[in-house]
Amino acid sequence: MTKAHLIDRVAERSSTLTRRQAETAVNAIFGSIRDALQRGEKTEIRGFGSFCLRMRRNKDGRNPKTGETVPVPEKRMPFFKAGKEFKELLNQEPLHKKEEPSEYTAT
Amino acid sequence: MRKADIANHLCETIGVSKAEGMDLVEFVLSSMKLTLQKGEPVKIAGFGNFMVRSKGSRKGRNPRTGEEIAIPPRRVLTFRPSQLLKEHVNS
Repeated sequence: MTKAHLIDRVAERSSTLTRRQAETAVNAIFGSIRDALQRGEKTEIRGFGSFCLRMRRNKDGRNPKTGETVPVPEKRMPFFKAGKEFKELLNQEPLHKKEEPSEYTAT
Repeated sequence: MRKADIANHLCETIGVSKAEGMDLVEFVLSSMKLTLQKGEPVKIAGFGNFMVRSKGSRKGRNPRTGEEIAIPPRRVLTFRPSQLLKEHVNS
């Protein structure tokens, strides 16, 4: 599924929104998460997961073509962690199978 | 930031009621969840890709007791931020 599919679904479902408005809506949703991250703010969505930032330490990189060492500065990386409910949803056994115990160690 | 804050932002941008904004956010999230549950990736241009990866079984250890336990095969969700998002959070 791409963003375009998602916009189509929103437009199909809603009787009041035009496709253009559906597009604006979908962009606004991801835009607010992005802007929160830019402010250094975490976004927690119940039943889905959370978006936060992780730091990448500065390190020495290498230009693969010349072999020359170049410094790579410290930077922020967007990170997503799926919520518990969502993780469980992904691992639901098909209905005809018996459920397995879900005592996994946390990773 | 929470779901309600996203919904509020949505009300302001497209001029819908708070309830409609909340509905829209819920609908978008559940569509994404359903797609991913089927094992299909969700690709959001300018934001990133969500995809489901299957992991094989492996042996783990209870860190408290040292007891060895089998970790069954499972599916995990990964998010790869797009180049644009990475640049955005560093600007």
